[in-house]
Amino acid sequence: MTPMVNGKEVTVGPPLWLLAEITYACPLHCVFCYNPVDYTQHGPELTSQEWIKVLQDARAAGSVQCGFSGGEPLVRDDLEELVAEAHKLGFYTNLLTSGIGFTAERAKALKAAGLDHVQLSFQDSTRELNDFLSHTKTFALKQKAAQLIQENGWPMVLNCVIHRLNIDYIDKIIELAVDLGAEYLELANSQYYSWAQLNRDGLMPSREQLERAERVTNEYREKLGDKLRIFFVVPDYYETRPKKCMNGWGNIFLTITPDGSALPCHTAKMIKHIEFPNVKNTSVKDIWYESEAFNKYRGDAWMKEPCRSCDEKEKDLGGCRCQALMLTGDAANADPVCDKSEHHQLVLDAVSYAQIPDTKRVEVKPLVFRDPINSRKLSSQT
Amino acid sequence: MSTEDAVLHTTPALSPMFRLQWEEVQQAWVLLYPEGMVKLNGSAGEIIKRLDGKKNVIALIAELEKDFEATGLQSDVLAFLEIASKQGWVKT
Repeated sequence: MTPMVNGKEVTVGPPLWLLAEITYACPLHCVFCYNPVDYTQHGPELTSQEWIKVLQDARAAGSVQCGFSGGEPLVRDDLEELVAEAHKLGFYTNLLTSGIGFTAERAKALKAAGLDHVQLSFQDSTRELNDFLSHTKTFALKQKAAQLIQENGWPMVLNCVIHRLNIDYIDKIIELAVDLGAEYLELANSQYYSWAQLNRDGLMPSREQLERAERVTNEYREKLGDKLRIFFVVPDYYETRPKKCMNGWGNIFLTITPDGSALPCHTAKMIKHIEFPNVKNTSVKDIWYESEAFNKYRGDAWMKEPCRSCDEKEKDLGGCRCQALMLTGDAANADPVCDKSEHHQLVLDAVSYAQIPDTKRVEVKPLVFRDPINSRKLSSQT
Repeated sequence: MSTEDAVLHTTPALSPMFRLQWEEVQQAWVLLYPEGMVKLNGSAGEIIKRLDGKKNVIALIAELEKDFEATGLQSDVLAFLEIASKQGWVKT
């Protein structure tokens, strides 16, 4: 379809990827969580029936990959029902979980419902971050979840968010993945949105840490070969060109938040001047093709300089709108990761601060854990 | 036996990591895998949907030539199967 965007026709394909964030409830308190900081202030969760309608609607609009996420999606006891519906509709179904609440009974029920894939995350959920890897409770939990994944014949994909406090243990993380029988391991440096943005100074690794981690990862890649495929994602602050965020605004990706808001990415709600549509009163097709919110940053007519006349604009589409907003105050600016941005110094400053060892920092801000108390406190401040 | 002959006698099947599916909205066959999708062109879809792990490549080519009233498909089919097995879509 070709909706009119800023007076120009833009070709838009279907919303191939549907991310169903079915709840913000989560037993963990991760300092790098991308859920909105004010998540406690959002409306009530969609009911099972409302989610089923979203799935049907999105599938009819051409969605084919469906991710069940959160929060912790296992908190909802209708997850099996939703997976069964998604499977029946022809979705490829993915569960993104920390493994908490993943019992043998639920694994079996999810398999029967037609769940295609489980992505298990390591979360350093405990408040004793340094204990994360040696924490026997965490290890036992992941081991149990990994075993259930294997027993049910799901491909084993592990994800671990990497940051300043755990990056030096990358060898242990990789060995843990091998011990658990993983086929894929994603080592993704935390991206600085939401809670991770609040905690950025505490989470961003130094260049030395990053280089060492990449070197160690490469050594393991050589040693392990096809046995374990490892993806390593560096924090974009260390780049000079921005990422093509979500492969483009409203291009393939559709997030539905617990209260039914429809977003082009999981963090877009932070762009407060956009009114995002809600599945309770708008169909997925109308949201995707007709809504002002989804058309806002499609094409390139919205771009400002230096993006507008940049010969690389097709490559990265000016980067991430949320990052542009967070750092420059205007979502239509170039993502300041780009060294052509007049705001690039902000990124360089953060990177240069990351080189200062914790022991030499004048003021070490305590990490803010994602929990309801902090969320309410932070919501009342804004 | 040349490599080509050897391939002709294999019985390829879709890898269990992938699911083949017709997508009405895209008007295309797609391969689905954890958190990803490959959109196949028309001929790739026609080849992959005929793989069952039982028939060999000679029979596969014969079936395609019959269904599409065509001849001389062997080199195209072999070229595609080589790509498909490199990508891990197909196991022989």
